[in-house]
Amino acid sequence: MQASALKAIEVTDLTVAYEEKPVLWDIDLDVPPGVLLAIVGPNGAGKTTLMKAMLGLVRPAAGRVLIYDKPYKVQRRLVGYVPQRESVDWDFPTDVLDVVMMGRYGTLGWIRRPGKRERSLAMQALEKVGMAAYATRQISQLSGGQQQRVFLARALIQDATIYLMDEPFQGVDATTERAIVTLLQELRVTGKTVVVVHHDLQTVEDYFDWVMLLNIRRIASGPVTEAFTSENLRLTYGGRIALMKSSA
Amino acid sequence: MEILTSIIRLDYTLMIVALGSALLGIVSGALGTYAVLRQQSLLGDGISHAALPGIAIAFLITGSKTPLILILGAAIAGWIGTLFILSIVKLTRIKYDTALGLILSTFFGFGLVLHTLIQKSGNANQAGLDTFLFGQAASMLERDVVTMGILGGIAILVMVLFWKEFKLLIFDVGFATSIGLPIRALDILLTSLLVIAIVLGLQTVGAILMSALLVAPAAAARQWTNRLSLMVLLGALFGATAGVGGTIISSTASRIPTGPTIVLCATTVLLLSIAFAPNRGLLWNRFRNQRNKRNLKLLRNKPSNTMAPPARSTLSQSVRMPAGQEEKSV
Repeated sequence: MQASALKAIEVTDLTVAYEEKPVLWDIDLDVPPGVLLAIVGPNGAGKTTLMKAMLGLVRPAAGRVLIYDKPYKVQRRLVGYVPQRESVDWDFPTDVLDVVMMGRYGTLGWIRRPGKRERSLAMQALEKVGMAAYATRQISQLSGGQQQRVFLARALIQDATIYLMDEPFQGVDATTERAIVTLLQELRVTGKTVVVVHHDLQTVEDYFDWVMLLNIRRIASGPVTEAFTSENLRLTYGGRIALMKSSA
Repeated sequence: MEILTSIIRLDYTLMIVALGSALLGIVSGALGTYAVLRQQSLLGDGISHAALPGIAIAFLITGSKTPLILILGAAIAGWIGTLFILSIVKLTRIKYDTALGLILSTFFGFGLVLHTLIQKSGNANQAGLDTFLFGQAASMLERDVVTMGILGGIAILVMVLFWKEFKLLIFDVGFATSIGLPIRALDILLTSLLVIAIVLGLQTVGAILMSALLVAPAAAARQWTNRLSLMVLLGALFGATAGVGGTIISSTASRIPTGPTIVLCATTVLLLSIAFAPNRGLLWNRFRNQRNKRNLKLLRNKPSNTMAPPARSTLSQSVRMPAGQEEKSV
C-alpha cells in the first residue's frame, strides 16, 4: 500500500499481557501522517492499552511501536496526549490555567517554572477550546465537558505532530462534542495526525477518515470507506452491531 | 494572660522544645500536603511504625544514642518498610491496605522485640530508647533542633526545587510519564522526603502518633484553599502552630506529655477547619444549601429555619460566593 511512505505511527507484532492474560495480541498497525484515526472496539478490546503502549506507558510482552521510525522515548516531543478525563482527581487544588501549562513541562526542563510565555501559550490554547473565560477557575468547579476541553488545551500547547486522545467524547454534552470534532478536524487540516479511542460507532463515518477495529486482535484498519464494513463490525462485535449498521 | 506571661518568661529548655516542635510542624505540615493529595495518608503511619526497629538496630550496631545515627537507622528501616509495601502491591495480588497493615505491624512488632532485648541486656546506655514510641519532647537538646533544621531544610528545599514535577506526578501520573518525567525516581524522592519528615518527629511525637502530625495540618489546610502553594504554606503554618501550641500547653502543667498534646492541637485545628472553612466547611455547606433552597423558593416562608443564627455570621464572607456558584452551573 504505502510501504515506502513515512509512517507517523508504526505498530509491529505488539502483544501486551496483564498477569498472563493477553489484552492485545499480535497487533500490526500503520498510521500514515495527517489522518484522523478512530480506534473502535467493544469494552475490554484493549483500546486504551494500545494507546498506552504507543506512549510507552505499558510495557509490551512482544513487539514494538515506532513514531516516525524511532522509538517513542526519543520522539516524545512529537506526541501530545489526552488521557481519560476520569484518570485524575479533579479535586486537586489548582486552577485551569495551571493544568494547561502542564503541557509545557516536558519542554521546560527541570527546575524552571512556567513563565509569561507559557502563560500566553496556555491562554491561546484555552481560547481555541472556548475556555478562555475559565482560566482562573478551580478545576473542581468544571463540568465534564469543560474538564475535557482543559485536557485538550493542555495537549494543544504541547505543540505536537501526533495527538493521542483516550475517549475525548466520553460523557461530554453535544455542544462540547461538536467543538471537539471541529478542533480535531482543524488539527488534521494543519497536517497533524490524530488518533482517538472512540466508542460511538454511529459517528465514526462523520468524524474520522481512518479507522481501526480492535478486539484483542486487529480486525481491520484503513480508510473508513474500506475498513468500516458490516462484515468487519460483525467480526469485531458479534452479530447485532452489524445489523444496526446495515439498517442505518 | 497567664499564658502570655509564661511565654514571655520562656526558659531556655522550653524555647528549644518549642523551636524544635515548630520546625517539625513546618516540615511535616508542608510534606504532609503531598501525602494527603496522593491519598497516601496511611503510608505515613506505615513508615513511622516501620522505623522503630531501625532505631534499635542502629543502637545495637553503634552503641551510640547520637540522634543523627538513630534517625538514620529509623530512616533506613522506614524506607525498607515502604519498599516492602510497594513491592508487595506490585508483585503480588495483595492489595495496598493489606500490605500496609501487614508491614506496619510486623516491623513494629520486630521493633518492640528488639527494644525489649536491649532493655534486658542491662546496657547502661540504653535508657531513653523507648521514648521513640510516644516521643519525649522534653528531652530535646539544642543539637537535636539543629539536626531537625538541617534535615527539614533539605527536605523543603528539594520540595521547592522539584515543585512542578511533584505537582504533575501527583495530579496526573500518566501524562507525567508520557512527557518523559522519571516517575520512579520522583516517586522514590517524594517518599524519601516523607520518610525524613517522619523520622524527624519520632523523638518528639513518637512512632505511634507521628502520622497524625503529617496528615492533620495538611487536611486542615486543604479546607481553606484551592491552591497547592497556599495549601503547603498553610500546612506548614498549622503544623508550626500545633507544635508551639502543644509545647506551651503541656508546659503549663506537669505530667502533660508534649507529643500527644501537639497531636491534639493539630486535630483541633483540623476540626475547626472542617467546621468553619469557607466553601468546604460544614457550616458553609449548610448555609449554602439553605440559601440555594431560598433561591429556588422551595422554602415556603416556614419559620422552621433553626440554623439561621450561625448562617448569618458567615454572611459577610459569602459575598464572593454567589458568582462562583452560579457560574458553575452554567
